[in-house]
Amino acid sequence: MDLVEFENVSMRYGEEGPMAIENISLSVRENEFVAVVGPSGCGKSTLMKLVTGLAPPSDGYVYLGGKQVSGPQRGVGMAFQASNLLPWRTTLDNILLPMEIVQDYRHRFRAEKAKFQEQGRALLARVGLAGCEDKFPWELSGGMQQRASICRALIHRPSLLMLDEPFGALDAFTREELWCMVRDLWQEEPFTVVLVTHDLREAVFLADTVYVMSKGPGRILVRKPVDLPRPRDLAVTYTDEFAELVFELRDHIGRIREESA
Amino acid sequence: MTLLQRKRLLIKASPWILLVSLALLWELVCFAFSVPTYLFPAPTDIWASWLEYQGPIMKHATHTLFTTVAGFAIAVIFGVILGVLVGSSPLIYKAVYPLMVGFNSIPKVAFVPVLVVWFGIGTVPAILTAFLISFFPVVVNMATGLATLEPELQDVLRSLGASKLDILRKVALPRSMPYFFASLKVAITLAFVGSVISETVASNVGIGYLMISASSTMDMGLVFAGLVVIAIMGVVMYEMFAFVERRMTGWATRGSDPAF
Repeated sequence: MDLVEFENVSMRYGEEGPMAIENISLSVRENEFVAVVGPSGCGKSTLMKLVTGLAPPSDGYVYLGGKQVSGPQRGVGMAFQASNLLPWRTTLDNILLPMEIVQDYRHRFRAEKAKFQEQGRALLARVGLAGCEDKFPWELSGGMQQRASICRALIHRPSLLMLDEPFGALDAFTREELWCMVRDLWQEEPFTVVLVTHDLREAVFLADTVYVMSKGPGRILVRKPVDLPRPRDLAVTYTDEFAELVFELRDHIGRIREESA
Repeated sequence: MTLLQRKRLLIKASPWILLVSLALLWELVCFAFSVPTYLFPAPTDIWASWLEYQGPIMKHATHTLFTTVAGFAIAVIFGVILGVLVGSSPLIYKAVYPLMVGFNSIPKVAFVPVLVVWFGIGTVPAILTAFLISFFPVVVNMATGLATLEPELQDVLRSLGASKLDILRKVALPRSMPYFFASLKVAITLAFVGSVISETVASNVGIGYLMISASSTMDMGLVFAGLVVIAIMGVVMYEMFAFVERRMTGWATRGSDPAF
């Protein structure tokens, strides 16, 4: 079943503004891991806003779970390049924030706080943050903050997880560690992910399907299924098969740049 | 005592050291140039006045403290409400700001006679002046604190289905607490300015009145004693808010001393 569907969606900001994205059609299956790559300014973030209903499309239709998206969706998990953790809350309280807001949980939050805290601790332990529950975000390293940020996006078991360049500000080693963390989380209990990134290796390593977008206005150039066997080990990124895939995608991006130059 | 401990002690004692040295310098200047007391009293003269008029000074001081705190309390309540409205709605922001800036540019001392016509002399105009002069920083800081909420954080919350009220309660208000406390520290000192101004113009009670009547008899020692009492009350109130601020918004300074 398709969880997310775009039908000829276009979007411009303001009445006369330039097209941010143009005529996009794509679909995301339930529990599929989709990556969207493209040069900066290709409207990747616009795509995120459309899926989550934070902005309405100028043209076309967006469906989420079979229903047309109108207005902000409830219970979509989001994580950005900046971790956006709240500095006055401990790590555990930070990741429990969605439980205080999402419709299905908020009424039970006070009564079942202990249970939720247990879930929070378990999730933190899964991403290697056991023992950091009572630390404040600014006492954590950048990579750890980002782990916590992803935990916050997942704690309420959203039907859809949106990741907007979540590893963009991290160093290469930490980034690879976090790839594996996301891979493990997804492998253990699959959920639907849309990952927006400009890192091709990241996209190919994590995703089932990679979409390449062009720039100004954003269009989808290529849809590339990645059939590398799962579970994928980090070593797969050094195989020829992997390199070929990355190279092929890189070629498309290269062509965009030449054309726009 | 290690070097570090000594340094900490020095930092702790530094305001007192500065105060005492300035007072000594003041005393020395008055003594060296034999400045007459009716022009510029030395600290010892001020102290003598304090001992002589302790009772009346305290009576007037408590009254000033009362009017100041009352005006300040109204300013905080009003300021927070208006600040939240201004900070969370671009429409209200646009509509209210020019008016408020214009209003704040009016010298409040010029407004006291109007208040006197409306409410008579005494306590009410003093409270109102303290309120009028001190609500502005609270409004501006609350509005700034709320309006600078990161758009991404708003997106995260809205995509969870949070209402405007949720965002305000869970994130925007706690986040603007450092701004709020900063404004309290400015507002309380301004509130003293307001109430004392009003008392000097139109009152028969309060430190402002005491100073005006003392200066009409050229009793400069008493005038300065009044000034010192206001200053002390201001510092004490300021420190109280600074203390509460440290307890409540330690996260903003990452638990270290607020300094570069």
